[in-house]
Amino acid sequence: MVETHELIPKHTKISDSEKEKLLETYQVSWSGLPKINKSDPAIAKLNVKVGDVIRIDRESKTAGKSVYYRAVVEG
Amino acid sequence: MKADNEKLIESYSDKLPPSVLEEIKVGVPGTISKEKLIQILDRSILVYKNAKVHAGECVGLVSAESIGEPGTQMTLNTFHFAGVAEMNVTTGLPRIIEVFDSRKIISTPSMEVFLNSKINQDVEKVRQLASSIKETRFGELVSEYSLNIFEQTLGIKLNSEIIADKGLTTKDIVKLIKAKVKNFEVESKSDEIIFTQKSKSEDIKDLYGIKEKLKEIKIKGLKGIVQVLPVKRGEEYIILTSGTNLKDVLALPEVDGTRTVSNDIHEVREVFGIEAARQAIINEVYKVVESQGLNINIRHVMLVSDLMCVGGVVKGITRYGVVSEKASVLARASFETPLKHLINAALEGEIDNLTSVVENVMINQPVPIGTGLPGLVTKMK
Repeated sequence: MVETHELIPKHTKISDSEKEKLLETYQVSWSGLPKINKSDPAIAKLNVKVGDVIRIDRESKTAGKSVYYRAVVEG
Repeated sequence: MKADNEKLIESYSDKLPPSVLEEIKVGVPGTISKEKLIQILDRSILVYKNAKVHAGECVGLVSAESIGEPGTQMTLNTFHFAGVAEMNVTTGLPRIIEVFDSRKIISTPSMEVFLNSKINQDVEKVRQLASSIKETRFGELVSEYSLNIFEQTLGIKLNSEIIADKGLTTKDIVKLIKAKVKNFEVESKSDEIIFTQKSKSEDIKDLYGIKEKLKEIKIKGLKGIVQVLPVKRGEEYIILTSGTNLKDVLALPEVDGTRTVSNDIHEVREVFGIEAARQAIINEVYKVVESQGLNINIRHVMLVSDLMCVGGVVKGITRYGVVSEKASVLARASFETPLKHLINAALEGEIDNLTSVVENVMINQPVPIGTGLPGLVTKMK
């Protein structure tokens, strides 16, 4: 029920190959990504584990849509 | 022709952001030729690339100045409260400081409770719901306390008008009280409740104690909601509350769970997650900025909000929040409490690699921003 709130953008878990591609394109390590807690209510139904990367499709006031990535950490 | 054009515009989606493409789609006439459209799109890419922030640009500094300067004007306009009827909500500079510091306890917590389409047109039903979510404590229902020290009893007269107004019955109240009160026998006579101490001790302190304890017992409503106010917002009725309890409000079937919000950022993070908190910070700050008639580009607020939420929890722009995360000792010391940071760093044997701005300013070295950022790469033979 909570996931449908207008404040919450779409969260999706990305596959391992996508993850590698992402880290390669942005020349960043997994630990260098912004974080999201494993217990975060927005990803409660995604069945994630620590080490995963979440893709977030935000509605942006300036760009229309923007994509953001967060690394799942313990917490 | 038109469909072709739209397809062509779509194909640029990896080179231009959706908002720009949308603008082009709306702006060009339907009769435009394919060549002209390609020209427009290519030209747009050029302009877009020129408008992009360059690598090494100190965006944080620009944001700080862009928010700080209008902030000074805000202090002069003594317009820090806004409210409907008796509902007061902090706005203005105090609110902005509160949000950016990410205070755990905010001065005026409040919620905007949106309701289902079934009842949001009906004032009477909305008013009923509003009064049912307001927290009612036992103390509010009492008209008189009578303490009988000789017999060690406490008699409480209830105000039947208020009870009827809240849609309660004396029976329900007595039942609730009985469950909460131990060591006392509870008797109810018409409109009076009598508490008798089970163990006949001489201590009358217990009687005073129970009186104070009784006042605080929650009879009805949701915890934390001190005040409710049904108001008309556009076409529908919503409930403004003072005091928040997002979790319990969302559990109610009448509440529209997609729009109801709290102004407590920490509560939003707990219930909706970090991404919602980021958006809530932007919304809250921008609401103040707009209400004060100021003009701050939303990108600055977005940057600050992104920084506050980067670690998965909301951190304030304080020495306990984002500043404590800085890698450099000197940078931390230059913010607040320099001695504390320097002494701790000395004790721990911390190393400062001088990779950022402030520490390099301190020791009179070029700072790694703008043209100072790129280093030289030489091939060693």
